[in-house]
Amino acid sequence: MKKNYKIEVDCANCANLMEDAAKKTAGVKDASVNFMTQKMSVEFEEGQDVKTVMQAVLKNCKKVEEDCEIFI
Amino acid sequence: MNKKQKKLLTRILIATALMILLAFIPVEGIVRFACYLVPYVVIGHDIIKKALHGIKNGKMFDENFLMTVATVGAIIIALLGKGDYVDAVAVMLFYQVGELFQSYAVGKSRKNISELMDIRPDYANIEVDGKLEKVDPDEIEVGSIIVVQPGEKIPIDGTIIEGVSSLNTSALTGESIPKDVKAGEEVISGCINLTGVIKIETTKEFGESTVSKVLELVENASSRKSKSEDFISKFAKVYTPLVCYAALALAILPPLVKMIFLGQSADWMTWIYRALTFLVISCPCALVVSIPLSFFAGIGGASREGILIKGSNYLETLSKTKYVVFDKTGTLTQGVFEVNDVHHNEMEKEKLLEYAALAESASSHPISKSLQRAYGKELDRSRVHDIQEISGNGIIAKVDNDTVAAGNDKLMKRLNIEYNNCHSVGTIIHMAINGIYAGHIVIADVVKPQSKDAIRRLKRTGVVKTVMLTGDAKKVAEQVGRDLGLDEVYSELLPADKVTQVERLLEQKPAKGKLAFVGDGINDAPVLSRADIGIAMGTMGSDAAIEAADIVLMDDDPSKIAKAIAISRKCLRIVYENITFAIAIKLICLLLGAVGIANMWYAIFADVGVTVLAVLNAIRALFVKKI
Repeated sequence: MKKNYKIEVDCANCANLMEDAAKKTAGVKDASVNFMTQKMSVEFEEGQDVKTVMQAVLKNCKKVEEDCEIFI
Repeated sequence: MNKKQKKLLTRILIATALMILLAFIPVEGIVRFACYLVPYVVIGHDIIKKALHGIKNGKMFDENFLMTVATVGAIIIALLGKGDYVDAVAVMLFYQVGELFQSYAVGKSRKNISELMDIRPDYANIEVDGKLEKVDPDEIEVGSIIVVQPGEKIPIDGTIIEGVSSLNTSALTGESIPKDVKAGEEVISGCINLTGVIKIETTKEFGESTVSKVLELVENASSRKSKSEDFISKFAKVYTPLVCYAALALAILPPLVKMIFLGQSADWMTWIYRALTFLVISCPCALVVSIPLSFFAGIGGASREGILIKGSNYLETLSKTKYVVFDKTGTLTQGVFEVNDVHHNEMEKEKLLEYAALAESASSHPISKSLQRAYGKELDRSRVHDIQEISGNGIIAKVDNDTVAAGNDKLMKRLNIEYNNCHSVGTIIHMAINGIYAGHIVIADVVKPQSKDAIRRLKRTGVVKTVMLTGDAKKVAEQVGRDLGLDEVYSELLPADKVTQVERLLEQKPAKGKLAFVGDGINDAPVLSRADIGIAMGTMGSDAAIEAADIVLMDDDPSKIAKAIAISRKCLRIVYENITFAIAIKLICLLLGAVGIANMWYAIFADVGVTVLAVLNAIRALFVKKI
């Protein structure tokens, strides 16, 4: 399953870091951050609870970029 | 400016005011340190906090870390009496000015481009008890009647049931001439209604309508990252830690060497200051932000011209196109039949066409439609009697009091009428009136007016080979190929043969060149995905073809292919300019910093100035009107 989220991030490098952090989160099959449109698209592994996974994604992203926001 | 930027601006102003004030107050020693600490904290507290946060999470070498180490280092040097606190505060201050400027410039250009591409309709009008009501287009069901007033966007695809108007389709096709529409015609969403009120019966849901599809496509475009973007993000990952270690080495090694091997004084402060300058220069931001921004601007500019590109990677591949392979019908030709000529006629051309159109008036075949169009006047069907359709031959009918036979050579043979064979290419309709041969009409699929120019322009942009693949007859295909100046023509192909041909061409092409396939039909979908780049015709094309394609031409104009290639080249040129320019300036400044020529001020320019220049250069990719 794939879902799109609106995000807020200031710099392009931070967006890249967020993408990396999201990709490494458990339950995420693939993730891509689009700095230009301020969107994150996340592909979940099967049988994962979207809400819990997204909380973890947000937590991991906050670790690499404190200022970022994901509108879950 | 957004809230964050405004806050930063206030902090910059306060810190600047404090610095000016402090310049007039002569204080020394620890008091001076305390005084300058105030503007430093005002301007830099978030950077230090972020740096600490980064260290805590094991993510050390980011720009916040670099700036913190650089400025704290400068303060310590000043405390030891070798420099001034002004340096430290100024570096932080200018860094923040740069950040603000950069975030403003990037945000602004991002917004500009997004606005250009924003064709999303906000509402749809429905009539309730004689009054218009605005509703969310998402709620409109298929088959509903919506009203579009002048100046409004058509929100959902449908058929006009009432009203006459002209539409501005430029947001979708890049075409600036308005299109006239009337009842019975299909219209696509995203067009702007210019003159009259029209009522539309919707044929699709909002989510399935053209405008939603186009938006989805463009918005997802920059998610497919190009090789250059991948290169830059990988580069940034290696580069930042590398520079940090280099700075550390610069701070420690030369003094040690001087002290131990040359017996001179270590001169620690000078080298630490140089190492800090080194750190400031090294931020990778200019590269990281300007590359995706260039692609984004390129895709945005192209979409304004009616060329939808589904990803930056395709923009990159497109710029290397060497072979262009075309489908014929609907791509190079209009895909509609038209009367081309009338030959060997004994009577007036109009009269012959009138007879032909009347005789064929009962048929709904494209050929009979083309005859009716060529005749151009209203047909009086009561003049036609006794229509006999002879399958595979043609039609015999009584028009007024004459017996008209219209059909192919088989029909003429069957009726024992002598006929002239035609040398023209296309479908030939022989006509006999009262058993006497009266000439023939040539009907053919018409070549698009822009096709010839399209091929010529492709050649000029450096495409080595143009090929046409078609399922059509050899004679027709070769005629079209000659007319347009195509290099190779392969005819009478089945859909599977097209794939084989494309695969053969893929093997044959030069290793670095790419092959683009341009098509429109359902049977093109496999070939579109097999080619390096698939280009589909948007309005003629089937959904399957558009789905499988990487680039969609919204107005079906084949000369847009050369334009798309030109746009991609311009965009890639800007990307390479930015990569080389940013890396070169940084390297030069790093070198100058290492030998002590460049100070903190140079360093700030190398970081912020280069970023701003690169961003401005990236925006150029948006302007594609003239190429």
